[in-house]
Amino acid sequence: MSSSGPGVVSISPPAIRSAPRLPASDAQRTARRAARARKLGLRTLALGYLALLLGAPLVMIFYRTFEHGLAPVWNAVTAPNAVHAFWLSIEVVAISVPLNTIFGIGMALLLERGRFWGKGLLGLLIDLPFAISPVVVGLSLVLVYGKTGWLGDWLAENGIQVIFSVPGMVLATAVVSLPFVARETIPVLREIGTDAEQAAETLGASAWQTFWRVTLPAIRWGVVYGVVLTTARALGEFGAVSIVSGRIEGQTQTLPLYVQDRFENFDSTGAYTAALVLALLALGTLLAMNLLTRRTRGRMEA
Amino acid sequence: MPGVGPRSAGLIGKGLLGIYLSALVLLPIAALMSKASTGGAGSFWREITSPEALAAIKLTLAASAIVVAINAVFGTLIAWVLVRDEFPGKRAVNSVIDLPFALPTIVAGLVLLALYGKGSPVGINVTFTRVAVGLALLFVTLPFVVRSVQPVLLELDVSMEEAAASLGARPLTVIRRVVLPSLVPAIVSGIALSFARALGEFGSLVLITGNLPFKTEVGSVYIFGQIQNESLPSAAAVSVALLFVALVVLALLGVVSKRWSRHVL
Repeated sequence: MSSSGPGVVSISPPAIRSAPRLPASDAQRTARRAARARKLGLRTLALGYLALLLGAPLVMIFYRTFEHGLAPVWNAVTAPNAVHAFWLSIEVVAISVPLNTIFGIGMALLLERGRFWGKGLLGLLIDLPFAISPVVVGLSLVLVYGKTGWLGDWLAENGIQVIFSVPGMVLATAVVSLPFVARETIPVLREIGTDAEQAAETLGASAWQTFWRVTLPAIRWGVVYGVVLTTARALGEFGAVSIVSGRIEGQTQTLPLYVQDRFENFDSTGAYTAALVLALLALGTLLAMNLLTRRTRGRMEA
Repeated sequence: MPGVGPRSAGLIGKGLLGIYLSALVLLPIAALMSKASTGGAGSFWREITSPEALAAIKLTLAASAIVVAINAVFGTLIAWVLVRDEFPGKRAVNSVIDLPFALPTIVAGLVLLALYGKGSPVGINVTFTRVAVGLALLFVTLPFVVRSVQPVLLELDVSMEEAAASLGARPLTVIRRVVLPSLVPAIVSGIALSFARALGEFGSLVLITGNLPFKTEVGSVYIFGQIQNESLPSAAAVSVALLFVALVVLALLGVVSKRWSRHVL
């Protein structure tokens, strides 16, 4: 944010900086010193708050994981339930993220390019998961797909189990991470406008061709940013999945649920190791977000 | 797509989207509303005013309000330092701000527990207290105010402040009369998003608060407990109450920001 981009020319040649300064009056000097003190004070306050709330806890997670040496960590990483939880998390993410990506792009196109009755309602519906507690998401899904839910009898007759199995966990994960792709894609769609799309249509391209050759390449970084956010949220979802999964050890336990299970069974190394894996994935997400923002900003400045 | 015209392909797409949204959001919310209203208004009222539910709702609202107030001050301060100050490592600090969004909530709870829980290296133990509720909520909502104020500060014209200062305004006056007025909409928007998030927070609270009824049990934890006890009507009633508050806050935000932009233009 701070460092001037490659396009910005700095206007402070050394000649000016080394020019003889006029002798400052005492009042000026005091004012300058006060300004510097204020700045330093604010910086200390802000960084201190961040260190206590974010920095120190993050360091602690490394310490707590490795405080008993490497062997327990290795055992924790290779524990069958841990491995199962990890792959189950990956499975849930691998289904829900592509679904949300495809439908997210669809919703963004519909909201930004479409003209129809009830558009405001659709926008509200997409943002709703941001306003709902994950616990409430889980409860609502149980009320539809559970044993006593609206579709419970029909699902049972057809031998489909949603709640307490993977389909329910995918549903819950998809709901909580629903808005990201659409919300990141809409501003990009608005910015690129419709000129290129109209030109393609005039030249005889089909709607499908226009989408693949013109629209998608233009919005791709917005979509990718949305996918990164979706993945992070999907991987870490706890409350909603906790309710619909039934938390059956070695069966419907994702990695976040496994963290809780280990902690409550007084296996702190197991809990911290799994948490560290999730934290490292989160740090990877942050890194990806940073690279992507730099990329899009660079393109806009160019 | 051979055999399928673009028009019908578009229709199929819209139909699939409709089914997807219905399955994920529309139907579940409708089921929630219906469950909450099965016994009529009287029973809904009884569920949300039962002593334990009421205590949980009150704690949720109070904790969210306090957390949001702290966020308004420190979020604005952090945004200010990140935009106006220069120090080594600023870029790293700036990217770490988003960590609470990326970190799974259960990990956030565990991480806070590692530092401020039993056997804390700094000798602070907040587990099973209301302070823990506030701490967890502060952690997960940290980025909202910072990230909404930061871009506005970046766009702000420094020459206005310099003009005010050269006309003899003291630094505090410049902040109060020149800087803050332009930041208010961004702060309000960050506050509203933090508040909505804090109302529903669950994952970061389960480990560190101990979920003690009448003491540290917030709304979402109460709902979770009711689901475990299979008393779904009471879980649904409290859910609808909290959802209603969140929607009102977000709707107010929409009204405020619309009015403000008209005012400025």
